[in-house]
Order: sequence, then C-alpha cells, then structure tokens
Amino acid sequence: MAREITVRDALREALREEMDSNDAVVLMGEDIGAYGGSYVVTAGFLEEYGRRRVIDTPIAELGIVGSAVGMAMGGMRPVAELMTINFSLLAMDQIVNSAAKMYSMFNGQFTAPIVIRTAAGWGQLAATHSQTFEGWYAHVPGLRVVMPATPADHKGFMKSALRGNDPVMFIEHSLIYRNRGEVPDDDDFTLPLEGAEVRREGEHVTIASWSRGYYLAMEAAEELAGEGIECEVIDMRVLRPMDTATVAESVRKTNRLVVVEEGWKTLGVGSEIAAAVQEQAFDYLDAPIERVGSLEIPVPYNREMERAIFPNKDSVVEAVRTVMAKDVNTANV
Amino acid sequence: MASTKKSRTKGFPLEKDDLLDMYRQMYLIREFENASAEQYAMGKVAGFLHLYIGEEAIAVGSIKAMEEKDHILTHYRDHGYALALGLDPSAVMAELFGKKTGVTGGRGGSMHLADVSKNFWGGYAIVSGHLLPAVGLGFASNYFEEDRVVVCYFGDGATNAGAFHEAMNMAAVWNLPVIFMCENNLYGMGTAVEHVSAVKEMAKKAQAYDMPSMQLDGQNVIEMYEKTKEALDHCRSGKGPMFIEALTYRFRGHSMADPEQYRDRSEIDEYRAYDPIPLFRDRLLEEKVTTEDELEKIHKAAREEVEAAVKFADESENPDMDSLGDLVYADPITIR
Repeated sequence: MAREITVRDALREALREEMDSNDAVVLMGEDIGAYGGSYVVTAGFLEEYGRRRVIDTPIAELGIVGSAVGMAMGGMRPVAELMTINFSLLAMDQIVNSAAKMYSMFNGQFTAPIVIRTAAGWGQLAATHSQTFEGWYAHVPGLRVVMPATPADHKGFMKSALRGNDPVMFIEHSLIYRNRGEVPDDDDFTLPLEGAEVRREGEHVTIASWSRGYYLAMEAAEELAGEGIECEVIDMRVLRPMDTATVAESVRKTNRLVVVEEGWKTLGVGSEIAAAVQEQAFDYLDAPIERVGSLEIPVPYNREMERAIFPNKDSVVEAVRTVMAKDVNTANV
Repeated sequence: MASTKKSRTKGFPLEKDDLLDMYRQMYLIREFENASAEQYAMGKVAGFLHLYIGEEAIAVGSIKAMEEKDHILTHYRDHGYALALGLDPSAVMAELFGKKTGVTGGRGGSMHLADVSKNFWGGYAIVSGHLLPAVGLGFASNYFEEDRVVVCYFGDGATNAGAFHEAMNMAAVWNLPVIFMCENNLYGMGTAVEHVSAVKEMAKKAQAYDMPSMQLDGQNVIEMYEKTKEALDHCRSGKGPMFIEALTYRFRGHSMADPEQYRDRSEIDEYRAYDPIPLFRDRLLEEKVTTEDELEKIHKAAREEVEAAVKFADESENPDMDSLGDLVYADPITIR
C-alpha cells in the first residue's frame, strides 16, 4: 500500500519513525524547536519529543556540525540541520576535515555517522541565500551526498541515513517541499544510499538531473513528447557515490544527453556526469552533451533578474532541441 | 589513572608506585621524543613531527587523574598523551614509521594517533578542529547519563579561532562535562602569544562564557594531577565545563621543520631551569621517595623500551597495498 504525501511530510514521517524506534536519534539546529524549523519540517517535534531530543542550537554552523560529529562518536545519531546550504560553508571544516575523515584517518576505529539536513533553493533572497553547493560536497571522499526529488526518496534515504554508519549530506530544496508523490506504507521502508533511477523511458534523448531539476526535466519531457521527441529522464538522486553507469546505459540507447542542474556549470556536477559518460559511452554519442546550469552571476534580488539566472522548463526544452539538431553521423555537430 | 590504594606518600597526594610510574612515563616520553627526532633525521619518520619535549608533566599529571571511562582528544602534538595513556610505545613508533603495526595502521601518522579501546579519540591536525567533537562527546555523556568527562587538549593558538569560541559557548550553555585543557607554550607555531591574542592569559577567555578556570604550572606534574582531579570532580558533579590553562614551554621547534628564528637561544636556556623531569626528580629525591639507583633503573628500562620500539617499527611491514581503497566508507558501496 502507498499514500500520496508531500516531500515535507515524507521527511517528517522519516524523522518521527526513526526517533520513535531509536532513542539515540536527536534533532539539532537553529530554530528547529520553538520556531518549528525555517521550512517547517520539524514543527511540533519539540512538543512531542521535548528538549532532550529536539535541540535548539546557537547560530553557529561550525559548532552544530562539529558537536554533532562528537555526539555521533559517542553513540548518538544526530540530525544536524543547517538552515540553508549557504550557511553550510561555515561548517565546511567539520564536514570535510572531521566527519568525512574519521573512519579512514583513524584506521576504521570509529565513524561519525551524522546526517546533515540542509536546503538549497531561492526566492528573491539575493546573492548569499540563493546558492547550491552539492557539487562541493560530492567532491569529497568519505561523505555520502543525497539530493532527492520525490517524497519516497526523501523518506527512504533519510531512514537509511539514520541507520547507516557513514556521514550523510542530505540536501533538500526549498521549492519542492510541497511536491507530492507516493510513499509506501511501511515503517521500515528504506532505500540504499546509492543508484540513479530512470523515471521516464524515452528513445531520443536522455535528460539527467536531480532535486528540483528532475521536475523541470519531467515537465520538459512532457512538452517535447507533444512534438514527438521522447525523453528518457534519469533522477540522479545520490551524487556521491554517483551512479553514472545508469546514465551511460541510457545514452547507449538514446545517443544524446542533456544534464540539468541549478548549480554553476563550470566544474559542476553536470561536468562530472558528462566526463563519465564520454568515458563509458563515447562511441554511442551522436551529439555533444549539453549542460544546463544557472548563470554564473551572484543572484540579484530583482524578481525578473533572478528568474533569468536559474534553469526552467523552457531552458531544458531548448537544450534538448539543441542536442536533437546535432548529429555526428551527418557531421552536423 | 591512579591506583586505588588509600596510602599516600608524605608530601604527595599519591603513593610511591604512582609517583614513580608518573616519573617513568615522563622519562619514557622524553626518550621516545628524542628517538623520534633521531629517526626523523635518518629519514625513517616523515611528514610533520611535533615533539612534546618540555610539556610532559601536563599529559602525565592530568591523565593520572582521569578515570578509564573518561574521553581524551588532543591536538597533533600527541605522542605524550598516547604514551601516558599506556599505548604500546612500539605501536606508536610504528605509526610514526607509517607501518601496518602502527596504532592507526599507517594511515594516521604522527599527528593522528588514536586508540578507542582507551577512549583516546585521537590527535587532530586542524588547529581548534577537535574542540567541537569534544563538546559532542560531552553531550553524549550527559545524554546517555554515562558520567564520563571529556578532556580536550589544545594549544594557546587554538584559542584565537572561531571553533574555540563556539565550543566554549556550547559546552557552557549545555552544561557539559568537558575540561578545556589549554597548553600555553607561549607560541602558536612561531608566533608569540602577544602578537596574536588580545588576552595574554588564556584562562581569562573562559570568563566570556561564565566558565570557571584555573591557571596551572604545567611544569609541575603533581599540581597538574591534583588540579585536574579537582576539575574532573567539578565536571562529574554536574557543574558543567572547566577551563585549565597549563603554562609550559616547548624546548624544541614547533615541528622538525622549524628553524626557530623567532626566539633567542637564551630564552630556551632560561626555560631549561623549568624542565619538568629534573624538577620532579629533585623533589622525589628531596622527599626521599626514591633513590638515584631506583631512578637509574627506570631510565634504563625506558631507554630499552624505546630502543625496542624503534627496532619493532623498523622491522614492521608496510600496510598492504591491497587495502589502500578500504575504509573510505563504513557501509558497502555496490554501484559500478
């Protein structure tokens, strides 16, 4: 059995179920308790679980992640919430030099299985509050980085992250919390923290994306189907370890690839996917891989300017048309 | 950890066995560090090598006061703590050599010794980086009602970093059983305290967080023992964190790569008068706790132990190259 719920409710269910089944799980972060969380994911948790397990922290991201690392070393399962991924930069040392290193550097004696919940997204918040950095974290061995799109993935990944033994960077997106989807009715529903998923099959072109980009890809695929272009849409879901083999497999069928992300294209996740696909399926590509990303400009406050920065359905459609118009077999590249 | 017998030696808070054991540890650390420097010069030890020479009384005195269940995290000048905790000098030396038999299998090296079976959570090489995990361990101790205290060692340099202030605030606001043990050796690498810290006495920094503090003679092993014990009692009684500033001096460079152009030779000579090992030895002899002969036996045994450690490290195997890609993730990864 399954129910249709929102991404936000999927997260709430995952956190609640894991807190109910394991006393070691605690939530910590800025304004997650009395305030209810800036994206209202943890509203009501303080009343339900009390201050022992729902911990309002100082506005000190380095301190939040660093203390969570120690709590995890001490046997707890902290969910450290960083209000937005922009603020995670203040915690970078503890994420990269502590959480990601403990297991290897000390020869497997212990791990720091923290879950860092944070949100990308934008909405007229100007330059420092509108960024996304999944590529920065996906660059680091020792971290697992998930950036789910569907409610089921949000729930299944969160539950797995809280049962696993590795540090997990769990990146949400403020603009998809209300998106709906089916989630299995099972308190033990978990998903492996790896693997991309083909969400829509198509024969002409592959579109790979994740998080909000996945929804743009699906909208674009819908529109293009009306013109007879069938897109295969892949939800990357997990960016470290990243399943590029599924993308290469799809490209062997479609011979064309578009990668969609909200980050900057230069040295972005899309660049990595493009490189991996040409390594694995070079002979199958009939057109250069097209990358869609946001403009490489600090995001302005003005609504129209902001909209021009980020990919949308139309920019994905345009990228698909670009790769469809090229064909190495006719030297039209 | 001190023995539990009730008897005390006159003039000391500990009985003779414990006093001599502390002396032995200090002497062992000194010999170990001298041998490390020699092996570094011979190219057997590489990377950065930070010696604890001159600061031995801090690790030995404070660790003697701790209980086995208590947690320790340190900065990267970490050999002294490892030896004071009773890690096998051979396994520690093997780690400096990068060998498979080292305490962290050749992955950590000099700066990242650890032994979780002794609640020694390791040496950390990002200045101030380990203070926050120390806070988290203290949080877990309270959360699970374990009655364990975390002792976190760091240098004066760490007190100027943001992580220090976040850690101090969190430990205080959450009332955690954490001892912030600041070893003030007057230099952050090669920069004197007065050039980089608005406050010269580190203990004063605790006042900003309404945290009690002590300023101790870090060259006096007995004072370190007695006062750390008080601090541990304070933490264990639920009164929250404590800050200790242990005044000390590093007789060698910051690391073996340090040409020491920032301080005069005469300054080092002046501080030689405060070498914690002769100070403790003289006191033990004055109070007739021991004899020159007895101490000479300790010296000889320590030298032999260090010689054996070097031999063991030298003869040990390198880690298996087949294991290189292991230990990145604790849970398996199955995708291609």
